[in-house]
Amino acid sequence: MKKVIEGSHAVAEAVRLCAPKVIAAYPITPQTHIVERLSKMVADGQLDSEFLCVESEHSAMSACIGAQATGVRTYTATASQGLMLMHEMLHVASGMRLPIVINVANRSVSSPLSIWNDWLDAMAVRNSGWVQLFVESSQEALDTTIQAYKIAETIHLPVMVCIDGFYLSHTYEPVDIPDTVAGYLGDYKPKVVLDPKNPITQGMMAGPKAFQEFKEQQHRALLSAKDVIKNENREFNKKFGRIYGDGLVETYNMESADYAIISMGSVCGTIKHILDEKKISDIGLIRIKTYRPFPNKEIIDLTKNLKALGVLEKDISFGIGGALWADVKTFVDKPVSNFIGGLGGRDIQIEDIVKIFGTIRKEEENIHWVGSQLKK
Amino acid sequence: MDKKFNEGAWAEPGTSVKNKTGSWRTFKPIVTDRCVGCGTCTKFCPEGAIKIVEKNGKKKAEINYDYCKGCLICLKECPFKAIEKEVEK
Repeated sequence: MKKVIEGSHAVAEAVRLCAPKVIAAYPITPQTHIVERLSKMVADGQLDSEFLCVESEHSAMSACIGAQATGVRTYTATASQGLMLMHEMLHVASGMRLPIVINVANRSVSSPLSIWNDWLDAMAVRNSGWVQLFVESSQEALDTTIQAYKIAETIHLPVMVCIDGFYLSHTYEPVDIPDTVAGYLGDYKPKVVLDPKNPITQGMMAGPKAFQEFKEQQHRALLSAKDVIKNENREFNKKFGRIYGDGLVETYNMESADYAIISMGSVCGTIKHILDEKKISDIGLIRIKTYRPFPNKEIIDLTKNLKALGVLEKDISFGIGGALWADVKTFVDKPVSNFIGGLGGRDIQIEDIVKIFGTIRKEEENIHWVGSQLKK
Repeated sequence: MDKKFNEGAWAEPGTSVKNKTGSWRTFKPIVTDRCVGCGTCTKFCPEGAIKIVEKNGKKKAEINYDYCKGCLICLKECPFKAIEKEVEK
């Protein structure tokens, strides 16, 4: 059924369809509408879940970890400072191999205080062992949140679905809501569960003789997510008729491109619009949907015949440059310019992107701050 | 994959029995004859490594050195100052 709804509510509909038994959340802008809607669904009897109003995001993730360990599907959502407070428990969730699903409505991180969108929150936790998916539209947010449960439960790792705060979370778009996910997402079948009748220890200590192997296992599992994500992208298409690139990356206007701009999230919609409107043929878009695990092979293949690239991102890894740019540079041996913009909710406008295209064509490699008001 | 490394590091019960933490000890608490077997130390011992046993008709605290980590909380809490310490050899 098609409805014009907020991105947050599209996510809440996806979660309702996946029916987690426990939802633990703490409100924070711009994520609040997701869990607000979910708590209403629970109160109205549309969703059979235990809704825990916890006292912090650290507790929200802790509650999800405990609940998931007993063998039920769980859900939480957060943003910004909330994700920072949750950071410790993100590592515990992935280390315990619990397939928890979270939505992050991406927002900047203080200080200075900003409630607005960029990716500083998600990028700060990119080493916590979670699958990280970035979506472009509300429809993709809904579809990806459903896929996230399937991916997580296949590889036994938690999945974070990132939606740009406000640009997606608070924007109304037509969204097709499936009637059911039956036939796509089955019951959650954990390998091991906490059960007093059959006791085991989970989240235990590992000494120097064992710890490293557990981390190696985690890394292997996260790499194995690539094939699983590609497969779920196809399976979802069979069932619901919607597909997003190959699940890892999506390309646009690449047919005759000499150059490419690489980015993630909702700003890719703006880029596509400009490519169409200005009838640009020498530049294409590579939208990274799966940020972790990083689609290195796909990036290498897609860029091998190109002259130069640009990476547009709403984050900064202080002391090196953009985090995404640094990742791309690891695998691409040609000029890659970095464009850092949109921090703290500043709109990346059409003229900004046109300028970026001009710089990419110069085939240079510098770090540019989009629309910087500081003297050089 | 190697059976020893259960993904997610879960384990069968009993790991706290298997791991003998007595080897961590720097100071060793010693129960002296002043002990009257009141049991205060058994309640404070964070490892549950002290039991009250009967010896020659008298109650007395007995420390399980396989698990005593040598924190000396028993020494601090004993109302009769009946526990002394020595450096672990």
